[in-house]
Order: sequence, then C-alpha cells, then structure tokens
Amino acid sequence: MVRILAVMVIILSCLTAFAGEVKLGALFSETGPASYLGHPEKLTAEMLVAEINAAGGINGDKVVLVSYDTQGDEQRTINYFKRLATKDKVFAVIGPTTTGSSLAVKDLAEKFNTPLISCAASATIVTPVNKYVFKTPQSDIHAAETIFKYMKSKGMKKAAIITAQNGFGVTGRDALIEGAKVQGIEIVSDEKFGDKDKDMTSQLSKIKSASPDAVICWGVGPAPAIVAKNAKDLGINNLFMSHGVASMKFVELAGTSADGLKLPAGRLIVADRLADSDPFKPVLMQYKKDYEGKFNMPVSAFGGHAYDAFSLFKLAYEKSGADKDKFLAALAGTKNFKGTAGEFNMTETDHNGLTSDAFIMVEIRDGKFEIAQ
Amino acid sequence: MQFLYSGLTGGSIYALVALGYNIIYNTTGLINFAQGEFVMLGGMLIYTLFAVFGMPFIIAFPLAVVTALIVGLLFERVFINLVRVKSDINLITVTIAASILLRDFAMHIWGRDTVTVGEFMPVKSIELPGGVISNQSIMVIAVGACIAFILHLFLKRSKYGRAMRACFDDMTAAGICGINAVMVRVMSFGVAAAVGAAAGVLISPITFVTYDDGLMIGLKGFAAAILGGLGSFWGAVAGGILLGLLESFAATIMPSGYKDAIAFVVILLILFVKPAGLFGKRMAKRV
Repeated sequence: MVRILAVMVIILSCLTAFAGEVKLGALFSETGPASYLGHPEKLTAEMLVAEINAAGGINGDKVVLVSYDTQGDEQRTINYFKRLATKDKVFAVIGPTTTGSSLAVKDLAEKFNTPLISCAASATIVTPVNKYVFKTPQSDIHAAETIFKYMKSKGMKKAAIITAQNGFGVTGRDALIEGAKVQGIEIVSDEKFGDKDKDMTSQLSKIKSASPDAVICWGVGPAPAIVAKNAKDLGINNLFMSHGVASMKFVELAGTSADGLKLPAGRLIVADRLADSDPFKPVLMQYKKDYEGKFNMPVSAFGGHAYDAFSLFKLAYEKSGADKDKFLAALAGTKNFKGTAGEFNMTETDHNGLTSDAFIMVEIRDGKFEIAQ
Repeated sequence: MQFLYSGLTGGSIYALVALGYNIIYNTTGLINFAQGEFVMLGGMLIYTLFAVFGMPFIIAFPLAVVTALIVGLLFERVFINLVRVKSDINLITVTIAASILLRDFAMHIWGRDTVTVGEFMPVKSIELPGGVISNQSIMVIAVGACIAFILHLFLKRSKYGRAMRACFDDMTAAGICGINAVMVRVMSFGVAAAVGAAAGVLISPITFVTYDDGLMIGLKGFAAAILGGLGSFWGAVAGGILLGLLESFAATIMPSGYKDAIAFVVILLILFVKPAGLFGKRMAKRV
C-alpha cells in the first residue's frame, strides 16, 4: 500500500513538474471606441509573454496567455471573465481596459477566486479595496495634485475648471475640487461641457471674466482640443489639461493651439528627454525600444499599463508559485517596483501603490511633449 | 458680448442647415432628416481634398460642394425615387434610414476617429468691444451670408428656382405648365446637399469632423427651421442665427451642461405656442 502511494506521489509530482506552465488571462478592448487604449495593451502583453518564455518562463513555468477582445463592452467583459475563470482556468487576469468593464468584473474576481490586475484608471476600482483586485494606472487625484503643486510653484493661487460631462470628466472634477482644498488653491469658476460640443467659447469667456491664474480642462477625445482652440482665440494663457490627452492624437487635433499647453503625464511620453540619472529611465527606454522596434509605432502610456500589470504578476508569481493566497499576499506586498507609470508600493489597503510622484508636468512645444520647466 | 460673437458663428451654420431643410420642404413637402449628414460629408470631403490630397482651398471648397451635390442627386435617385408608395411618412422614414446609412459609410471610409482639417488661413483673433472673434469665425459668417444671398437670387430669379417654387405651390398645376416635377425634386436634393456641405466645410477647421457629427447638427438645424417657420427663406436665416445666439447666451447664464437642450426646448416651445414659427405663414387649408 505504502509502495503504491509512494509511486502515485512520484507520478503526480512528475506530472506537475512536466506541466510547468501558468495560464494568464487577458481582457483588452482591442476593438471598439477604446481600441486606442486596448490595442497597445494587447500587443505589449503578447510581447512580454514571448520575452519571458524565451528566457525560460517564470521560475521555469511557461506563461500561456489566453486573451479575449472585450470591445469595451461590459457584458462581454463579464462573459469572457467567467469563461477565463471556469473554462480556461487561468491563474490570474490582466485588464480590462476601461473603468466601466473593470468595475463590472470587480466582484466576480473574488467569487471565482481569480486575481485581477486592471489597466483602467479610476480610483473606484481599488476603493473600497477588494482582496483580489489591483490596478496599474495612476489615479485622477494624483494628476490633480501634480497640477496644483506646479501652480503653487509658479505662484498661481486661483484656478478655473472646465470638465467634460462623462465618467472621466466627472471623477476628474471631484478630484480637482478635493485636491484644490488640500493644496489651498481657490476654484473661482466651475464650468462643464458635453463630449460632443463644438464650441466652448461661452463657458471660457465666463471663466475669463473670473480672471483665474490658470484654467484646467478635464476631458478626453476631440472636445478638449476644441477647448484649447477656443481658449487660444480668447487669449487665455496658462491652460492645463488632464493626463487623458497625453497622446500624439490630441496634439495633431489641436494643432498650433496646443502650443504651450501643460499637463500631468506619466514619464513614458518624455522617456528620451529624462535626465540619465532619473531612476525610471532604464525601464522606460527598454520598453520603448522593444515596443517601437517590434511594432513600428510610437509607444503610449496605455501599453505601459499592461507592461506594469504583467510585471506585477511576474514579480508576485516569482515569490508565490502556484498558490493563490500566497500570490495575493505577494502582490499586495509589492514594494519599490519601478514600472512605466511610476514606483509601485502596494499595501493591504492600497492596491494601486502609486503616489503623485508618478506624474510629471509636461508641456506641448512645437507639436512635441517636453518636460515643463 | 462674447456670446454674441460665438453665437453668430454657430448661428450662421444652423441657418445654412435650416435653409437646406427648407429647399427640400418647399419643393416636395418633405423633411429630409439626412440633412445633417451632408454637413458631415462636406467636412469629410474637405478633409480628404484639402488635408489629405493637399489641394489649394480655393479649388477644394467648390470641389467638395460639387461632390456633395452629386451625392445629393444620387441620394434622391436611390432613396426617394425607388420608394414605391411615396407617402410623406414613408419618404421621411426613408431619409432617416438613409442618414444612418450615410453615417455608417462615413465611418467605414474615414474611420471612427475625429479628423482635423487644418486651417484655411492663418488664425488671428480680433479684439472687438466686449470680446474677441477669430478671423475663422468672420469667414464662416461672411461666406454663410454670401451663400444665403446667392441661394435667394437662385430661387427668386432663375428659371429653376421659379420651377421649384411652382412645384411647392401646386405640383399638378406646375406639371401642366410644362415643369418637369421629378427633375425639380432631384435638383432640390442636390442643392440642399450642396448648401449643407458648404456649411460643413466652413465649420470644419473650428470644430473638427467626426463621422457621427451629422445627427446633432441636423437636429439643431431642424430646430432652427421650425423656429423661423418651416418653408420661409428668411425665417430659416433668422431662426438659425437666433438659435445660435440663444445657445451661447444660455451657456453664460445657465450651467453650461444644458447647452444642447436649448435647441429642443425651442422646438417644443414653438410647437406649443406658435406652430407656424416666428416668420412662417399659416397655411390656409381648404375644407
């Protein structure tokens, strides 16, 4: 009997040793309105998995990526998440791309005992904190803080805000109002605009009459570009934007009216202009070089979120192996990890781990992002 | 004062769109809900010709308008002409269907992203009492006024314009007098498309172009046409400018989020209070 058991144990341990692989789920919006976020994320994840497998896997375990296209749709995300957890039996999931779909699967992560590392920005994904849910992008409040600190360093005290009426704009507005209180900045005017509005001159001239030291616009898509244009026409200087427009697409849209505009952004878009002493430069340049060399398109902050998500998974899995509880503990205990978004220092209560240091102020000059002075 | 300047710019565009509605309404008694798509088409065409192919604006502008005119003619031939039972409700539904088709075609041709046309001339802001206006806005207002004036001459003086008006008064009588009513209908769609596209070209450097822009601008132009009185030429112009002013004024006194609602509040108020519009004639009905 003992002999049979011993044989079985040996056979089993051989099996697991041969199995030597870990399945990682990925949910990105490769198509649909958020495709400019999801597409680079997917490419980044594939690139990193190929790299790690070529180097022998994590602790000898090959990574198998199981990826589905959510199309930015919440119901699809829920269905694919269930499929990943039950049918594909993945160990953990990276993604989804958007805040809406991340929130849609937040509770499912715990229910299906599948850790989730989201690539969406909203702080609501990790507050209230869920043992199974993490996120890699910086939060709005950090962006707002960065702007206000910059304003104070220039002696500006009064800000006017103009925010979009969508999820991004509304959470941004809350962050701005909250952040202004903490930083001692007075908000003298609070205007809004619709996502599809074509003319913001009325709101901006109202703002101008309140004579703020700076105007902060919070939105994504073409509307902020129109704000930049209208502001230029009205002669409003010191226009700030959110990290939501930190892409070349925005610079193309706004054209010359983007000149001189400042915004908080992750270091990635100005990676090659960072000082050599900057601790983030090596990781950023490495990612930029790999990605641009492989896919022949400029790197974006969004792909960086997937880079960070995969790296966090890798670091935690290295420590824990295939034990989920140990994995979650290792993930929540991540310290001093320098990713593309900033330095991650997770705790049991902070499942993002970034501070406002993750942002720097950049300025658009001659159609390029430069570090703001 | 600033609201006056930005209101005039938006208002000129609404006026041109409202005129497009009126041209078709006046010859066929139809509301063409695809009118807004022609505005989008104008923007997309100027993007293709001016920004992508790099043609000089002076050539690209007429070419975009003429292309839109041809699309307008085809639009009538395909969508309106082929409908077997030409009741108003059928045809109006067809225009809604056609507008969705046009939007989807545009999405496939030009993509989902917003495109930027670039500037037709170096942008300058001009200081006026109480505000500033950019030379782009002045161009929109001036060219818009020119187009309205040319259209007015065309309808009042030219043979075709008269034929159009005759058809509206009485289709049968016009036919008896030797007017080719079908030809007039085709032409009215062409002219309406051209006017809409001209509006789209003018506004494109200020607002950028997205494939789904047509819906909102079409509805606002419709509100302007209702406000001025459906079918009235100067009513459409006045309605458009009034709506533009109302919108931008409302954004300065009310929370700016309600800006888009203004146009629709206007439609409701007019329909409740003065259904013929501010400048429309009440139509006599024989019983």
